[in-house]
Amino acid sequence: MLELNNINAFYGKVQSLWDLSLKVEEAEIVALVGANGAGKTTLLNTICGLMSPASGSVSFLGRRIDGLTPHSIVEMGLSHIPESGRVFPDMTVRENLEMGAYPYHAWKMKEETLKQVFQIFPRLEEREGQLARTLSGGEKQMLAMGRGLMSRPRLCMFDEPSYGLAPKLVLEVFRIVNSLREHGITVLLVEQNVRHTLEIADRAYVLENGRMVLEGSGAELLQSDYVKKAYLGL
Amino acid sequence: MNKVAFTSRNLYLQVLLILVLILLVALPFYTSAYNIMLLCNILMYIIITVSWVLFSGPTGYISLASAAFFGVGIYTSAVLGQSLPLPLVIIIGGLFSFFLALLVGVITLRLRGMYFSIFTFGLVELVKHFLLWWEITKTNTRGRFVILVNYIHVFYIMLAIFLVLLLIAYLIRRSKYGLALQSIGEYEEAAAHIGINVTLLKVVTFAVSSFFIGTVGAVMATRWTYIDPVIAFDPFYSFMPVLMAIFGGMGQLYGPVIGAAIFAYLEEALITRFPYHYMLIFGIIMVVSILYLPEGLIGLLQKLWKIINSGRLAVYREKRQKRGTGREQENA
Repeated sequence: MLELNNINAFYGKVQSLWDLSLKVEEAEIVALVGANGAGKTTLLNTICGLMSPASGSVSFLGRRIDGLTPHSIVEMGLSHIPESGRVFPDMTVRENLEMGAYPYHAWKMKEETLKQVFQIFPRLEEREGQLARTLSGGEKQMLAMGRGLMSRPRLCMFDEPSYGLAPKLVLEVFRIVNSLREHGITVLLVEQNVRHTLEIADRAYVLENGRMVLEGSGAELLQSDYVKKAYLGL
Repeated sequence: MNKVAFTSRNLYLQVLLILVLILLVALPFYTSAYNIMLLCNILMYIIITVSWVLFSGPTGYISLASAAFFGVGIYTSAVLGQSLPLPLVIIIGGLFSFFLALLVGVITLRLRGMYFSIFTFGLVELVKHFLLWWEITKTNTRGRFVILVNYIHVFYIMLAIFLVLLLIAYLIRRSKYGLALQSIGEYEEAAAHIGINVTLLKVVTFAVSSFFIGTVGAVMATRWTYIDPVIAFDPFYSFMPVLMAIFGGMGQLYGPVIGAAIFAYLEEALITRFPYHYMLIFGIIMVVSILYLPEGLIGLLQKLWKIINSGRLAVYREKRQKRGTGREQENA
């Protein structure tokens, strides 16, 4: 569904991604884990069109998308949910969600999608008329996720959805990401919370200093000595 | 806020709007030429301010280029006014402003905050000095005469432009594009993330708002009979819409309308009564309104409305409570 081949990317003169390749198949949950500064967010920005790679190709649903603008990539059904808190603070929860349905095809179905999103996040329905700035950190994250789903994506990319949340909410977020499978949504999950991520992921990649160092199924990686030592502290 | 109250308030507003409109259309039949011209002036400020708010209000990009688009309209009128009919001149003036804004938008809307404001302000000077140079070296003219137009025609044209602008501003506000503009103002990066074509939306809205400023310039030029680049590109017209919008409040569409109307009337009244001190008084009013009316006149009205309503509620509650305690005492 999504395929990256030999991506190299730069921030000015500094190379941040080295010869990266990655593949996400339909209906999979694929995880990308790594420490701070490993290049995870850069990779997501490259996929969603905010940055363009110096070399290599990105294709989605069989079409090259590197070089396309972010909004046309969203319209193809690829949604990027940025790090928490990036909601529109002075708009209501409902307005935030409606804005998520901005792409043409999604706008026509927004009432229907809204119902589905409220089913996934009942909390948001309770807060419908409230300004987004008055939400708690967890609720803001739910709102950002809900807004991302409003564009009716085929593939959702989450950038650290559990970041800065209380442990109970972290579990809730992972439960929701896992449940997206039932809605036919493919997931690319970028996380620092390695254990929970590998538990729900079908496959995972480990990124270090802009290079892929490991690749395998979630269960395999959980058992690997390297991951245990470097990320799980065992 | 329940739904019924909201719609009935809307109904009041609509009735009020239609009444005001009828009054305005009938005005030339029973008032003096001076009043009509004063009203034209007020309409001019209202249109410039509402156009400015159309783009700068929701996006937070503070444009100081209004004078440039206004001046382009004025100059179009001065150059083409003799050879073309007025309606055509007005539309051409608007279109010139539209395309200038498109060009400027593509170049500058990558700039944010202060940088954007400074650049747009520079644009006024740039166009002014380019025209000065052009007129002196190429056409050998320093100033130009503009054909005079019947003031009643000017009034009706201004009214028509105002109504079209109001309609368009209202439609944009109600559509998803209005919300999208606001989301750009709140978090531009997130707006790009959710699939809004941020650059296109900004540039087009900027150009549409400039179109109206250009048309007003083309109409109002006919009131001034003589113009040159320095008169046409007066930076005063860049700052007035900002001040008027702040004064009126930008939260609602009628905020800038009321703000500009009162402000423009005030200007005229102060100039005639205190010709030497009016700028001073103006300044004081501005400072006071920024200090004490952060949401403008409309914010103040809304606050008063809330206080009146909550006051009513409190009285009602008190009455009920008294009745309740009275009964309890009887029972005891």
